[in-house]
Amino acid sequence: MSETTHAGPMLAADGTPLKRSLARALRRQKLRALALIAPLLIFVLVAFVTPIVSMLWRSVENAIVPETLPLTVEALKSWDPTKGELPDEAVFAAMVADLQVAVKAKTHTRLGTRLNYENPGISSMFRSTGRSVGKWDLAADGPFKERLIEADKGWGDIDVWKTILRYSGHYTSGYFLNAADLENTAEGIQLRPQEQRIYMTLFVRTMWMSLLITGSCLLLGYPVAWLLANLRASTSNVLMILVLLPFWTSLLVRTSAWKVLLQQQGVINDLLVWIGLVDDANRLVMINNQFGTIVAMTHILLPFMILPLYSVMKTIPPSYLRAAKSLGATNWTAFWRVYFPQSVPGIGAGSILVFILAIGYYITPELVGGTQGVFISNRIAFHISSSLNWGLAAALGTILLSVVLLLYYVYDKIVGIDNVKLG
Amino acid sequence: MSIKTTSAPTPSLTGFTLPINAAAGGLLGYLVGTAKDAPLLGIAGGAVFAILLAFAIISFVPERRMGRLIGAVATGLAGLALSGVAGLVFGAIVGLVLSWLAYWLHTGDYRANVPVYATSGDVLWSNTFRLICGLIFFFLIAPIVVVIPLSFNAEDFFTFTPKMLALDPEGYSLKHYQDFMTNPDWLRPLKNSFIIAPFATIISVSLGTLAAIGLSQSHVPGRRAIMAILISPMIVPLIISATGMFFFYSGLGSFLEDTLHLSKDLSGYIKVILAHAVLGIPFVIITVTATLVGFDRSLTRAAANMGAGPVRTFFKVQMPLILPGVISGGLFAFITSFDEVVVVLFVGSAVQKTLPWQMFIGLREQISPTILAVATILVAISIMLLATLELLRRRSERLRGMSPT
Repeated sequence: MSETTHAGPMLAADGTPLKRSLARALRRQKLRALALIAPLLIFVLVAFVTPIVSMLWRSVENAIVPETLPLTVEALKSWDPTKGELPDEAVFAAMVADLQVAVKAKTHTRLGTRLNYENPGISSMFRSTGRSVGKWDLAADGPFKERLIEADKGWGDIDVWKTILRYSGHYTSGYFLNAADLENTAEGIQLRPQEQRIYMTLFVRTMWMSLLITGSCLLLGYPVAWLLANLRASTSNVLMILVLLPFWTSLLVRTSAWKVLLQQQGVINDLLVWIGLVDDANRLVMINNQFGTIVAMTHILLPFMILPLYSVMKTIPPSYLRAAKSLGATNWTAFWRVYFPQSVPGIGAGSILVFILAIGYYITPELVGGTQGVFISNRIAFHISSSLNWGLAAALGTILLSVVLLLYYVYDKIVGIDNVKLG
Repeated sequence: MSIKTTSAPTPSLTGFTLPINAAAGGLLGYLVGTAKDAPLLGIAGGAVFAILLAFAIISFVPERRMGRLIGAVATGLAGLALSGVAGLVFGAIVGLVLSWLAYWLHTGDYRANVPVYATSGDVLWSNTFRLICGLIFFFLIAPIVVVIPLSFNAEDFFTFTPKMLALDPEGYSLKHYQDFMTNPDWLRPLKNSFIIAPFATIISVSLGTLAAIGLSQSHVPGRRAIMAILISPMIVPLIISATGMFFFYSGLGSFLEDTLHLSKDLSGYIKVILAHAVLGIPFVIITVTATLVGFDRSLTRAAANMGAGPVRTFFKVQMPLILPGVISGGLFAFITSFDEVVVVLFVGSAVQKTLPWQMFIGLREQISPTILAVATILVAISIMLLATLELLRRRSERLRGMSPT
């Protein structure tokens, strides 16, 4: 072995220093791994992450006002709203010029809808003024202050101009304020009137009902997981099918099953009437309320609680319980002081998973929730498809997303995303 | 609370077995009595019947299967006398339960799942616990099972009609299935579902398997972050994904139509397929990485040693071994797309209406019994998927058992 004793770096077979040769091999390995991951990563980034980010962007974006009314926004800069006077003639003339362009491009109604979220009534002003403003001659028909107020007396309201000034920037916090039941008035940011505070109620209800659902899943899932983990393998495999079948059955099948069961003329009510527990005239109302949502969602999410609990309980040796009992512990002490602490990781994993899934649920609350059992997601869907207030929908979605990501982070710390198991 | 030391004590017949049987009989008799408007008579009759049955089979029929058969026949005949064919079936079931209970108690089988030193309280608790678990399993499975007979209802009702309960053939029909098979409102969504789901599955399985293999290499920079991004479609609430995709994919749609001159329908399908493929990816990644954990890396080195290139190694050595994981990931991706409503509701248009979408509309607007027929078919599909997965799991375990670790 005379080669190893001579001075200088160790060499690989081809004569390059071993260190460099190894580093090169490692780099090639890394590149190959990345090349395998790259197509999917790019696909997910483009088809999933970009849409989410663009939604977040939409919740603060407000380009429509400065883009549709460029001259007015410029002219309004010199106006001091605190004096309590209407803007001067130059602003009105700029507004007419902007409106003429906007009417031709048919963008003035969209702008009206946008400003209407902040100051109800503006939408109809823009529409009615838009009809007459097209015929005016910019050079000859001045002064426009009187003419505009004549076309719609809303233009004489100083609050309208304050709203336009407040939302003349490219970005706005208006959607987020709205989502938190706040409004940006002339006197600063304050709570909306009592009867308009709907989003906080909805957020609180979503959280509260998700907690209830998580709690009832834990209550029902813990005994079953314990039984599955402690039975003989052949028996528990058979019983596992009873857990996995609902897990694999379509969400809509299960929701429709609950709709059928819980209706006033449905199976459960019929059964109760038949046994004589409930009078035929006062059948129980179990659907289109919070009760219906909680029962149906507990059923739907229960497998997501049982599976993580089961995989943790499977690793707890049953001899620990016997050891505790042989040392004189009662059944309860043995369970509470020995078994339960070891099952806590499973409880954490299952609860966070169920809570994350529950908080963003849309289909089941929509179908069995009525008005009192709906979640924040139903409101988001309403703003996307019916009221078309997309900025507000995006702001509500952003708040919901940050709650979920926070929980996701906690989940990652407790369980690790690599350790998620299915089926 | 006396500690029993004998291994299988025979409990007292008159002090233990018969009273419990009488209580069970009374409870079941109450159900029959209410249906006949005589609850008290029902309780008494049920209790007496249960005592007589238990006493008879315990004393004279030592062979259990025979005894249960006798119990079922006797109670079934009593049921037939009371309320016809339905009574026969119901009675036979009740008879099986009662005679099983009698043997279970009398032979001491009820202590079989507790240690011999357990106190009576322990035994009671252990059996109550099992009963509670049984009820939870019932809660899990009953709603799905109830849908199946209801889908054969001859009326447009969502509950059991008296004719159905009497097991009268006239109470049952296949008309809801016939509606499903002939109505274009259902056929078109069915076709769409079978167009969209397979394409979405192919995309997510092919890209997902490659990425999972990449992720399982020993040196991947930023592995955690990449994993977090790839899993995120499963974690982000569907409504948020749908909202984001709604804005983004309408832009993509106009690009496909205006720049690439695709037809409106085709671009709609592409949008929905891409959206569903993204949603299926986390499931493929999770199942395939889980399979790769058990993959023996020296096999690929051995293949390379014998002169096989990376591609050949992949298809001849690696792929056959991880195939069960890939297929089960594919099944997950398929069912994700096949069951998905929220995203398709926001991204698709009426042309791309899928089966769950049509069910959603049906449940929200006018609920028609055809939904129950569709639900039954979907339950059958999920049973088949579950069976396939179970077979794959067994095969994978067998393969792993063979490979050296």
